[in-house]
Amino acid sequence: MRIKLTVNGRQFDKHVPADMMLLDFLRKYGFVSVKRGCETSNCGLCTVWVDERPVLSCTYPVARAEGRRVTTIEGVVPEAEEFGKFLAARGAEQCGFCSPGLVMTVLAMKRELRSPDEQQVRAYLAGNLCRCSGYTSQLDAVMSFLKGGAR
Amino acid sequence: MYTIKTYLMAQTLDEAYSALQKNKSNVVLGGCGWLKMARKRFWTGIDLSRLGLDRIEERDGWLELGAMVTLRQLETDPAARAVFGGILPQSVERIVGVQFRNCATVGGCVWMRAGFSDLLTALLVLETEVELYHAGRMPLETFLALPQSRETRDILTHVRVKLDGRDAAYQSVRNTATDFPVVTAAAAHLGQSWMVAVGARPMRAVRVPAAETALSAGAMPEACRAVAALGYAGNLRGSADYRRKVAQVLVRRAAGEILQREGKQ
Repeated sequence: MRIKLTVNGRQFDKHVPADMMLLDFLRKYGFVSVKRGCETSNCGLCTVWVDERPVLSCTYPVARAEGRRVTTIEGVVPEAEEFGKFLAARGAEQCGFCSPGLVMTVLAMKRELRSPDEQQVRAYLAGNLCRCSGYTSQLDAVMSFLKGGAR
Repeated sequence: MYTIKTYLMAQTLDEAYSALQKNKSNVVLGGCGWLKMARKRFWTGIDLSRLGLDRIEERDGWLELGAMVTLRQLETDPAARAVFGGILPQSVERIVGVQFRNCATVGGCVWMRAGFSDLLTALLVLETEVELYHAGRMPLETFLALPQSRETRDILTHVRVKLDGRDAAYQSVRNTATDFPVVTAAAAHLGQSWMVAVGARPMRAVRVPAAETALSAGAMPEACRAVAALGYAGNLRGSADYRRKVAQVLVRRAAGEILQREGKQ
């Protein structure tokens, strides 16, 4: 089937299988920041935005994205780099596999919630799993980033 | 693995319903959360996301939830948050993560009738109706009693909850954040009547009439005994005995939360 959508502002008009998920589409066309983690709609690694809302791209049929705006980390590089510096400053970055999904969720949260407290941040980020860290350094980085404070 | 041969972005409900009748392997797609874990071959996947079913509206004294309303919408929508003591957002906010709840739909949850459903547990203590495209409106409990099979060729279009001013509260226990619940419980109070439901037993949520009668008489210990008398089973998340004990605590907490708001505890 044929679908049209935009990824990071770029138009795509492609023939795709009817059962293709957005994750596979994005990786096929070079957005390899998008990671496949759990295969059970659980880990949050594949998080991208559809019309600015964070979704699991492993769970979202690409056909459903017809006419919609998809955003991956490649589309928000300056902001992602800024947050990345906060992560790095706290040594929160380890294997890095979960980072693109986490970054997309954090940036979505920054747009959606106004001055969230730590509990609200934890609730918003609960769907992003990391198997290296204990989340503490990441949470520190997120809270400082949101407050716009020093790295 | 699952496969879908053709994808239909339905333009009308009639088109979706006709497509569903054409082939037993045709399927209505909800949020697709569990689709890839299934080993199924579907012919046509029918998508309802362009039919305006993604709205939460107050209509004739009911809160109307379109089938494609996401769980995240239930959490953030001011109208859904404002009623029934916030039970609608509370029942879904611990399900996986925000990005999952931006996909998962109210229609998908209710249609699936899963044992682990947090939302079904909450909806059972409210006056809830389900609307099917062909069969029309019916109480949630009537819907739950229908035989559930792929032979049921109907489409759930709306879930409606009567805005009768009842207070309600939700409780669940999870082994770890974002996991499926081990047990769920909900309570509601309206006038002289109490409503109690227990789910994830791990069987599907049910109302507990004996506990409701006991609560109406102000007899909490008797209500707990009625909750304990339900059927429970064990699985990898917990044993039957553990669930039986936890369910009683959860019902007591849910009812207690309501009583506290009423200044009675």
